[in-house]
Amino acid sequence: MSSDVRFTDFKSDKQPTWCPGCGDFGTMNGMMKALAETGNHPDDTFIVAGIGCSGKIGTYMHSYAIHGVHGRALPVGTGVKLANPDLEVMVAGGDGDGYSIGAGHFIHAVRRNVDMSYIVMDNRIYGLTKGQASPTSREDFETSTTPEGPQQPPVNPLALALAAGGTFIAQSFSTDAQRHAALVQQAIEHDGFGFVNVFSPCVTFNDVDTYDYFRDNLVDLAETDHDPQDRDQAKEKILDASKEYMGILYQDENSVPYGEKHGLSANMSEIPSGAPDGAMDLVREFY
Amino acid sequence: MPADFNWAIGGEAGDGIDSTGKIFAQALSRAGRHVFTSKDFASRIRGGYTAYKVRTGVDPVQSVVDRLDVLIALTPRTIDENLDELHEGSVIVYDGERTTMQDVEIPEGMIGLDVPLKGLAEEAGGAIMRNVVALGAACAVADFPIENLDSALQKRFGGKGQAIVDNNKEAARKGKEYVEDEYDHDFDYDLETTDNDYVLLNGDEAIGMGAIAAGCRFYSGYPITPATDVMEYLTGRIEQYGGHVVQAEDELSAINMALGAARAGARSMTATSGPGIDLMAETFGLVATSETPLVICDVMRSGPSTGMPTKQEQGDLNMALYGGHGEIPRFVLAPTSVSECFWKTVEAFNLAEQYNTPVYLLSDLALAVTEQTFPPEAFDMDAVEIDRGKLVDEDTIGEWQNEKGQFRAHALTDDGISPRAAPGTTGGAHMSTGLEHDELGRRTEDTGMRVEQVDKRNRKVETARETEDWSPREFGDPDSSNLVISWGSNEGAMEEAIALLDDEGIDVRFLSVPYLFPRPDLSEDVAAAENVLVIECNANGQFADLIEHDTLTRVDRLNKYDGVRFKADELAEEIKTALSTEVKA
Ligand SMILES: Cc1ncc(C[n+]2csc(CCOP(=O)(O)OP(=O)(O)O)c2C)c(N)n1
Ligand code: SF4
Repeated sequence: MSSDVRFTDFKSDKQPTWCPGCGDFGTMNGMMKALAETGNHPDDTFIVAGIGCSGKIGTYMHSYAIHGVHGRALPVGTGVKLANPDLEVMVAGGDGDGYSIGAGHFIHAVRRNVDMSYIVMDNRIYGLTKGQASPTSREDFETSTTPEGPQQPPVNPLALALAAGGTFIAQSFSTDAQRHAALVQQAIEHDGFGFVNVFSPCVTFNDVDTYDYFRDNLVDLAETDHDPQDRDQAKEKILDASKEYMGILYQDENSVPYGEKHGLSANMSEIPSGAPDGAMDLVREFY
Repeated sequence: MPADFNWAIGGEAGDGIDSTGKIFAQALSRAGRHVFTSKDFASRIRGGYTAYKVRTGVDPVQSVVDRLDVLIALTPRTIDENLDELHEGSVIVYDGERTTMQDVEIPEGMIGLDVPLKGLAEEAGGAIMRNVVALGAACAVADFPIENLDSALQKRFGGKGQAIVDNNKEAARKGKEYVEDEYDHDFDYDLETTDNDYVLLNGDEAIGMGAIAAGCRFYSGYPITPATDVMEYLTGRIEQYGGHVVQAEDELSAINMALGAARAGARSMTATSGPGIDLMAETFGLVATSETPLVICDVMRSGPSTGMPTKQEQGDLNMALYGGHGEIPRFVLAPTSVSECFWKTVEAFNLAEQYNTPVYLLSDLALAVTEQTFPPEAFDMDAVEIDRGKLVDEDTIGEWQNEKGQFRAHALTDDGISPRAAPGTTGGAHMSTGLEHDELGRRTEDTGMRVEQVDKRNRKVETARETEDWSPREFGDPDSSNLVISWGSNEGAMEEAIALLDDEGIDVRFLSVPYLFPRPDLSEDVAAAENVLVIECNANGQFADLIEHDTLTRVDRLNKYDGVRFKADELAEEIKTALSTEVKA
């Protein structure tokens, strides 16, 4: 991998069709910057995108990539990484994609702890389908399908991740370019599943969770005495519904990723031109 | 004395029926005899009737028949369940001291051997060996040298220490001697041994073995009967060849992981059964549209919904051919025997990569739970060839880049096949998507490109039709005017049925079709025959519909959908009836 990769090398020549001002622009820039900073090359990087406005990100970036079906990006990323551990695998999607239809996979990807990063563009709404409630929408947030609000508490993705045994749990704000890129970079560098929930405002359908709202309410953990290695502190902050945090909530520095536990280091794409040596032993076993 | 011998052990699930049956089957196989096993089991772990049946012959046996010569009955229900198959002179081994068996009545004309299985087992070292005592008794009845049982017991219990093995051998001898001492019947069986060297395995194992042979390195699945054995086989073995098995959280995840691994360049597979295939359908479309090589194995069971999970059916053909929204090019292969499970798996991997297309491997419960003997050469690993299709590398990628150096992963080609670059290949970075896309893999709704991409994907099928051999396997009398056509696992039973019909002077030509899409054109064969009968294990004749569609000719159907596979003798009888009504009409 060459070190002279610039973040623009991760940009495709497709112009994003996101609404002007959409938070996803900032999220993507941070991802590209972090990939370049960590010395990755587009030819050795694999991006898996979900479905939603957020999922379009794979099209606007340049690398090996797949834009999958709604909610299933994490299993795809898992397969890619296990089959070729040399690749840098980054999975991206929205809050609907990850915490609604893909919620089951989220929990299991967290506990599987495959060495990849997962960036969720959390705009607390369904953007692509034009403004329905998402699992992170507030209880009283009025939408076309929930005129009185969902009337059920929002999912707390950080709490889910912590409960499932997450080893890197962070929250970021797309427009805070420096700190956002740094958090994604730390997620990439983490040995295991690096999860970053990114507040990535939808300027078209969400007039509550806006840039101003986050600017006014975000508490930057870097400016507190939060110790990310302390699970109890992490738990306390994650369950504190009165605040929005930015930074690394929790990181287990002793995390051993799935691939390492299972001794997976080979690139599985390389196979012989016939049955492997000694394959007749497989037959003999049935004697 | 008939050429084949049919034996079964039956009792309650949890009675150790399976392992006992398997020991007997292995003993026969190691003695150079052909074996064909089948299981009757209910969908529960403890309690409920279950049986393991073994048919054996010196000549190949490839089907079950409606006849049972020796039955080891651990419960009274075992006798009731098998009454139809028991005949005059059948031997029933039971333990009259067992509380539930005390009042058991041996049906008229049959021979009951009351053997104190538990008591003798205790004498040999423990009641747990009572089934092995029964095996010894069976050796006496069948005149089968008990030494052959020893080697199977060694294989089964060797890991637990020599003392356990020796106790089991002793238990078997006690059973044998008891029968010899107490009963002076001449049992009319003589299971001679041969010097032949056979292996004994089932269809799921053969699929797993085929996958490793074909270079599959990644498998993800979610347990479901009767596909789980594929995953169990690969677990612990594929690692030795640099691969890995993941038990995913569900089938949606399983197919998506397999897709991810395939996109990373690995040969990759998932296996499931009906309900799981339904869950995979959405991603199946993505696999095809993103032109990812993937082998998806459906070990069919009785549906719809949860249906009869432990019963046989060939009901998913339409799903394999048409499942998924939109129009999706795919290949559908159906192995016709246990050994073909191996070869069709190898072929499936090659087709998937040669055409960058998902391949369905349609196996079924009958193949999955059948253990069958083969000479080891039937799985000749030297004959396995791997063709990775248009996989480009650093040297060849240039041919597929546009003037801006971008990789044309979905290039429009004459043969419909685009190139494939494994991630890590310099200059190959590209996007793939389930959205309609251009040559670079980027989303497009351009009408021209849409049509060109659809045509290109369909063109692969045309190329495959012209390039590959999709012929059926042919059996019987090539000149017969009675044509029987079938697909998948019915082949063995049909082959034996042909012989039975021949004995009665009825000739048939039999075409066994392992390729469902693309499939052979049988128009001429159908036109040349007077009577055409399509046999399959489903109610609606899904394959018969295809034949009618392809040949524009009405065909007769023989369908079985009671959850039980075709049996050779029953099949012969039904074909005879069908042909005679045919002739009369
Ligand atoms: C199986 C399936 N169900 C529904 C949809 C429609 N759909 C597309 S995107 C989306 C929600 C996206 O929301 P989110 O993940 O929050 O992403 P955003 O668009 O807000 O970035 C839905 C429901 C789909 N594509 N597939
Ligand atoms: S609808 Fe919302 S999420 Fe989608 S592009 Fe527009 S601003 Fe972004």
